[in-house]
Parts: sequence; C-alpha cells; structure tokens
Amino acid sequence: MTKIHIPTPLRQYSDKQPTVEVQAGTVAEALSGLVSKHPDLRRHLYTEDGKLRSFVNVYLNDEDVRYLQKEATAIKDSDTISIVPSIAGGWGN
Amino acid sequence: MLKVRKADYEAVRQHGEETYPHECCGVLLGEINGEDRRVSSIARCGNTRTDSPQNRYHIDPKELVRIQREGRERGEDIVGFYHSHPDHPARWSATDLAEAHWFGCSYVITSVEKGKAAITNSFELNGSDEGDKKLMDEKIEVET
Repeated sequence: MTKIHIPTPLRQYSDKQPTVEVQAGTVAEALSGLVSKHPDLRRHLYTEDGKLRSFVNVYLNDEDVRYLQKEATAIKDSDTISIVPSIAGGWGN
Repeated sequence: MLKVRKADYEAVRQHGEETYPHECCGVLLGEINGEDRRVSSIARCGNTRTDSPQNRYHIDPKELVRIQREGRERGEDIVGFYHSHPDHPARWSATDLAEAHWFGCSYVITSVEKGKAAITNSFELNGSDEGDKKLMDEKIEVET
C-alpha cells in the first residue's frame, strides 16, 4: 500500500486522517483511489475538467511528479505521495 | 486565535529584519485545536521569487515536503505560514489572498519599516473553496 500524506487544509475531507493508504501502480491510480475513498476531496484537487489544480503540487517521495512522468509516474508500495498546496504571496500585485 | 511563544514570535519578526529589503517567508508548525492554532516551532524557508523578492515570496514545495516530514516526526502539523512586507503594511494584499490555499491555517504578516520589524498581524484563511475564500483578522496570543 502507498501512503498519501494529506495537508492540513484538506483533512476535513479525509475524515480527519493525516494519511490515507491506497493500492496503486501509478500516481494517477493513487489519487483516483484517494478521491474514491473521500469524494469531497475531488473538487479541491481537480478542476471541473478533471485536471489537477495548478496550485496543487504532488510529490512522490521528494520529487515533484511534474518533473517525472506526471500522473503516469509509477509507484512502489514503499513510496509516499505528498499533496502540497502552493505557498506564495507578497504585497506586490 | 494564534498562540505562539515569545521566542518564536520574535524569531518571525527578526527573520523579516534579516532579509530586508526583501520579503522573508517561513512555516509555522504545531497543532490545531478547533478554532485555535498553537505554534510549537517555526521553520525558515528560502524565497524562490528572486525576480521580485522585495514584494513577492514563494516557498519551494520541496522544502515544504521536508518540513512537513520533519514535523510529522515530532508530532507537529503545519498550522500556518509567515512572511514580511518591507516598508508596507502588515495587511494581506490581493496577491496574498489569491495565492492562499491552506484553509484553516494562519497567515502571519510582519511590516518591516526601514529594516525594523514594526507590526505583526495574523489572518486565518476561511471559506470552503477558491470561490469564497477570505483572510480574516485573528488575534495573536504571545505566550511568555
């Protein structure tokens, strides 16, 4: 089973669980498994046309999956996935 | 309400003085209890907006992954973030709101005027999604 770490703001949609385990062979399958278990997460992770929201970063261990094979990235049971919403801002517009 | 120890509160403000005239940024770790967030440690971060550091900040998600992992090992969660506004008020900007996605977490802003930390304010990101989010003033309780 692969562990998915749920960030603080999304735990209200994962029955308050900080970690969810799924059986999956790719990142896409893992995220699909996650939203199957916790459907309320879907709209916070994905746009209406099914794409990952631009501010949602998905890490496989310490690597951003955008720089791997994106959601097609293969995963092993010992891998962990972290969902990390972006942090940015500043007084400038 | 955001509860923070004096040492961590001062460290957040000092970080802004050190990076002046650029914005500093970092993570607040601790626990969330209902409406309150209690900070038990802070983690300084680098500002990747080297193109405009005087008025923008961005934390590398890879740094967040590490900080989150180290926090988990200590039994801490991410409860908020901090950054500074060099020579600008300690109020959230349109950019701060547009880029805020950690609902239920605190966003702490320190105004640093001519190199000295002035006012530090905190705001909780409320709302249910990107369509109705708002940054609401929250009290900071500094524990001595």
